[in-house]
Amino acid sequence: MATMGHGLNLKETELCLGLPGGGGGGGGGGSEVETPRASGKRGFSETVDLKLNLQTKEDLNEKSASKEKTLLKDPAKPPAKAQVVGWPPVRSYKKNMMAQKVNNTEDTEKTTSNTTAAVFVKVSMDGAPYLRKVDLTMYKTYKDLSDALAKMFSSFTIGNYGAQGMIDFMNESKLMDLLNSSEYVPTYEDKDGDWMLVGDVPWEMFVGSCKRLRIMKGSEAIGLAPRAMEKCKNRS
Amino acid sequence: MQQQQKVAALSYSFPEEVLEHVFSFIDSTKDRGSISLVCKSWYEIERWCRRRVFVGNCYAITPAMVIKRFPKVRSITLKGKPHFADFNLVPEGWGGYVCPWIKAMAVAFPCLEEIKLKRMVISDDCLDLIAKSFKNFKVLVLISCEGFTTDGLASIAANCRNLRELDLRESEVEDICGHWLSHFPDSYTSLVSLNISCLANEVNFPALERLVSRCPNMHTLRLNRAAPLDKLANLLRGAPQLVELGTGAYTSEMRPEVFTNLAAAFSGCKQMKGLSGFWDVLPSYLPAVYPVCSRLTSLNLSYATIQSPDLIKLVGQCQSLQRLWVLDYIEDAGLDMLAASCKDLRELRVFPSDPFGLEANVALTEQGLVSVSEGCPKLHSVLYFCRQMTNAALNTIARNRPNMTRFRLCIIEPRTPDYLTLQSLDSGFGAIVEHCKDLQRLSLSGLLTDRVFEHIGTYAKKLEMLSVAFAGDSDLGLHHVLSGCDNLRKLEIRDCPFGDKALLANAAKLETMRSLWMSSCSVSYGACKLLGQKLPRLNVEVIDERGPPNLRPDSNPVEKLYIYRTISGPRLDMPGYVWTMEDDSAYLE
Repeated sequence: MATMGHGLNLKETELCLGLPGGGGGGGGGGSEVETPRASGKRGFSETVDLKLNLQTKEDLNEKSASKEKTLLKDPAKPPAKAQVVGWPPVRSYKKNMMAQKVNNTEDTEKTTSNTTAAVFVKVSMDGAPYLRKVDLTMYKTYKDLSDALAKMFSSFTIGNYGAQGMIDFMNESKLMDLLNSSEYVPTYEDKDGDWMLVGDVPWEMFVGSCKRLRIMKGSEAIGLAPRAMEKCKNRS
Repeated sequence: MQQQQKVAALSYSFPEEVLEHVFSFIDSTKDRGSISLVCKSWYEIERWCRRRVFVGNCYAITPAMVIKRFPKVRSITLKGKPHFADFNLVPEGWGGYVCPWIKAMAVAFPCLEEIKLKRMVISDDCLDLIAKSFKNFKVLVLISCEGFTTDGLASIAANCRNLRELDLRESEVEDICGHWLSHFPDSYTSLVSLNISCLANEVNFPALERLVSRCPNMHTLRLNRAAPLDKLANLLRGAPQLVELGTGAYTSEMRPEVFTNLAAAFSGCKQMKGLSGFWDVLPSYLPAVYPVCSRLTSLNLSYATIQSPDLIKLVGQCQSLQRLWVLDYIEDAGLDMLAASCKDLRELRVFPSDPFGLEANVALTEQGLVSVSEGCPKLHSVLYFCRQMTNAALNTIARNRPNMTRFRLCIIEPRTPDYLTLQSLDSGFGAIVEHCKDLQRLSLSGLLTDRVFEHIGTYAKKLEMLSVAFAGDSDLGLHHVLSGCDNLRKLEIRDCPFGDKALLANAAKLETMRSLWMSSCSVSYGACKLLGQKLPRLNVEVIDERGPPNLRPDSNPVEKLYIYRTISGPRLDMPGYVWTMEDDSAYLE
């Protein structure tokens, strides 16, 4: 079996030696963030975001190895967290277990900076063949989450949220437009088991109560809107 | 010539029953395999009396094949997803479905007593089928499994009259209702071991208390985080014979009577050898376990977010400790104490409290591990997360502990060099493999070149499992491992510059291994196809979420690659992003 390499192009493409895919989409299956898509419609080409260390395929082929190293450890750049999927190899189970905080407050004796809290939720998209898992604590805003979801399911477009990445619940007509379109909107199941439109509560509250995400067509989500607005109004 | 005839005569002179009786003392799968190779009649006798089957990769063989060869199996162990699934590297829906196995065994093995699964997907329907098909069912162990809910558990509880063990270790269970426990009938008293530590919500506690107190042979009980501490004392009083206990959240409003009750209850547990649980620990409650500490052989504090002084106070009491799992809050000082106090220690795992932080949050360095390696002569199994390492430390550890069999080091930042010399850690790990001649499992980290693989290939002759990340310079590294490690069974690699050459040059080696995982490396689609074509007894699975690999050039590297030997051909349950390379011309478009 010694001579099998006939005619294969063995050029080292040096795929992803750098620390790839940063905060966005870190919790999921991962490699869609690590390796640039050949046929990406959006996302990568628009956001060569050094903080997330994303690169387009064209960029990768053009750049030399030394440039990659620069991206890795350029002192001029802010110290990005540059999280790599599955590294360090801590069981996601363990992370979730550490995170399921029971809310009692006897921990005054603890002085730990407990940053291992992770919130893994499953994400499904109607029509997509696979589920993903994301760690909600990897994101700070709805826009971050929406970007990450867009990359994960990049063959579908996700409804435009507006500047802050939050559905404008107070504007009924805008909401109705969105929900009447064929665009996709993310919904989530909250602690009470209700399905809500993503964006109805402040981000931190959302992270604390989201159990599962489902991206569905706007027209299907329409049933959620009145209830979502109701809950929203009650809270404000 | 005469000698051979004598031997042949001897083996024919034993009646089958005698041989069967002799074989009944031999349990290990490996030995059973050896027995079956002696001659045809031994093969036949052995296969009819084999009771335990271990299938390390559920896709390596079909249920029908197992059933055909071993018609009288009582216990089966199956493993599904690759190990890296634990770290989210295997997308959801990859596979590992146990259903076909359960369906086949429900018909073929009515006397089946034990099912043990690891990283598999099992549905409620499957659990129901198990509950109703096997009248003498005794042991269900689901490690890191998923796909089921508490409804499935209710069925098990309701129907398995002879259940001894229900262990859901680290599984993902959809927690619909805590009342599933109540489905154990009042007449049911045979529970020996229960591990529900993975359940998110509260179970019906009174039902649990009644269950525990009516099962006189309860030996192991692992509660979940939601189990309240102030109810633990009562529970323990109902089962003072417990040997292994996993507490729930180890915190409560500070009330003196809760503490005294708990301490008294622990005092009554004269057989207790192992403790785990300890979520959300309130340090002032820890002394309640002191009565059992001196007898403890196993202590799992990997969820206990308490600081070094409290950890030291606790662990310092456990002189009989053989296994300790702890967070890095223990720090070097705690490990020094461990080395001084726990001379019987065999296994140490130190987990990171802040794996994603940029800076060290605790004073835990390579020194802690060196201390333990010096002070604990029986230490042979290590998992250690830290942020700095030196070749000198690794060298010292290797020389101190030539009896090391499992060494997994995770330096948190990829490609971290020796912090004193700024060199790679090649020589340090080289020392480990050179001195620890019985090393079976090794995980590498830090800055590593091809040289470390040269050392591994040269010395690690007993190595069975190797995990590699962010290491090496070229295909030579992979080639050293594949050509040198004679006993290699499992190899998992991520983010290394290994490409086609080494893989193709060592293709035959792959049939001698259970599996190979490579992700974010440089193996081309073309090479995968070639391997798939040339080696029919391998399944070469390409996992690529960018879409069909044949839409990209052959030279394009695949995202992830999972190769495993199999005698059952390509599997049929793959999701849309997994392709098996066959010598089917359809794939060569």
